[in-house]
Amino acid sequence: MSDTLIAFDDVLASYDPAMGLEVHVELNTLTKMFCGCPTEFGAAPNTQVCPTCLGLPGAMPVVNRKAVESAIRIGLALNCDIAEWCRFARKNYFYPDMPKNFQTSQYDEPICFDGYMDVDVDGETFRVEIERAHMEEDTGKSLHVGGATGRIHGADHSLVDYNRAGIPLIEIVTKPILGTGAKAPEVARAYVAQLRDLIVALDVSDARMDQGSIRADVNLSLSPKGSGVLGTRTETKNVNSLRSVERAVRYEMSRHAAVLGSGQKILQETRHWHEDTGVTTSGREKSDAEDYRYFPEPDLVPVAPSREWVEELRGTLPENPTARRARLQAEWGFSDLEMRDTVGAGALNVIEQTIAAGTSPQAARKWWLGELARRANEQGLLVDALPVTPADVARVQALVDEGSLNDKLARQVFDGLFAGEGTPDEVVAARGLAIVSDEGALSTAVDNAIAANPDVADKIRDGKVAAAGALIGAVMKEMRGQADAGRVRELILEKLQ
Amino acid sequence: MPEITRDEVAHLANLARIDLSDAELDHLAPQLSVILESVASISGVAGDDVPPTSHALPLTNVFREDVVVPGLTPEQALSGAPEVEEQRFSVPRILGEEA
Repeated sequence: MSDTLIAFDDVLASYDPAMGLEVHVELNTLTKMFCGCPTEFGAAPNTQVCPTCLGLPGAMPVVNRKAVESAIRIGLALNCDIAEWCRFARKNYFYPDMPKNFQTSQYDEPICFDGYMDVDVDGETFRVEIERAHMEEDTGKSLHVGGATGRIHGADHSLVDYNRAGIPLIEIVTKPILGTGAKAPEVARAYVAQLRDLIVALDVSDARMDQGSIRADVNLSLSPKGSGVLGTRTETKNVNSLRSVERAVRYEMSRHAAVLGSGQKILQETRHWHEDTGVTTSGREKSDAEDYRYFPEPDLVPVAPSREWVEELRGTLPENPTARRARLQAEWGFSDLEMRDTVGAGALNVIEQTIAAGTSPQAARKWWLGELARRANEQGLLVDALPVTPADVARVQALVDEGSLNDKLARQVFDGLFAGEGTPDEVVAARGLAIVSDEGALSTAVDNAIAANPDVADKIRDGKVAAAGALIGAVMKEMRGQADAGRVRELILEKLQ
Repeated sequence: MPEITRDEVAHLANLARIDLSDAELDHLAPQLSVILESVASISGVAGDDVPPTSHALPLTNVFREDVVVPGLTPEQALSGAPEVEEQRFSVPRILGEEA
């Protein structure tokens, strides 16, 4: 059963899209929102739990100060007002991933509200208004047994691990995003991307979409072009990559237009995004499930951040990532494409640190986006998680600059660094990688190459200098790469001309 | 006068997963109305200058530092679970027959 879709351009001919984005950010606090259990990713099931996060009778929650600080810093970075007084609320529902049978969240008194973020798409700026950012807790993780490949549909029963239950979340909700037209999918993507950059700059979350530490829900509706009347919306969950945010908006726009075009109504419902097939499918319809009977959490006292505290936290905000990027691009003289690749590879910080250690911007970029990005890819890591530091890269490049290494030898130094053989200088010494500057050895190698390749030597004697490449290759081979190719070339030409 | 209807009680019971028979609904709905009325009488005592409150204590900002505190072992955590599988709580099928 697949949905009927309308071509994207035809959607825009008849409708205006309205979007709303809800982004959940899992904080990187050491402990949970309301108890002292650790939050480490990937621990054995039910090893990071206590009576509070298991919802056992009599357990009392206490708020994590660091989580409140992170919430306020996120709010300030999003130009929000910070509530002078706010409370937690119980959101009541029955689902086994929430052992208390309610989620402790905030309802009508979010800690941050009324902000905005300016989002850039192809040089055009769209202001995304932020409705609120509130504190809540994550749920447990369910493993569905029986039925097809771990899906909840058709499962016999489910197995629940509560390690994640109670980890602090900040939910950031936009106001309806209007007037984006054909750029709606890109604006949605750019918003989540910029928000992620901001979260990284604030250092309040691991910000790994692939591990679920940032999760997006996409609300979408269409209104007849120019009418200004908001249509019925759907909420697409499980959108866990930037590319999927863009695709999900595009898909729902095409699907809505097809439903509306055939004279039917959009059902207000939750839909699930499927990364593999690129479609959404219907989840539960919103009915009783929406009736969460919120009420103020009696076990937690209100949070009333003093203005002094808020200002102190404002003082800890990093430079706005968009502004920082523009500044660095100008300082480094990178092209737009070079800068985009740098940011895309997550290499901004390491390149900045490498340059600070004395390397030229282009050399720093060459290593981090070439050799090191390739190795990071192979290992499924980000470049900043590699065992090679910016200081190492700066030292390797310094050795290249002073003529002790060439690029090929430098790559072997990285082999050594990856194998944990010590500092660049130790690797060079232990592996004997430095370029041989012993003219006698070089001269002998050149003589050997000429003797082994008389045809090539004759060509060079006849003036075909381009043929020297073959001899240089032979010499480099004999020198096991440890020679300066420029000097080898000079020697060859001296001997043959 | 706050009043809660029999239908509202039935709805809330359903949301709270409490199975009430018709007879129990007939019996409980009027009782809940009486309780609501009694509680509402507080608003007759409090003047306009007394804001509604949710907490008995005049406290704000009770925080904990972000420091790990030992919790339960998995054995302790799972000791009350009716069913355990792979060190996890085993729960009955989540989606009903309609799924």
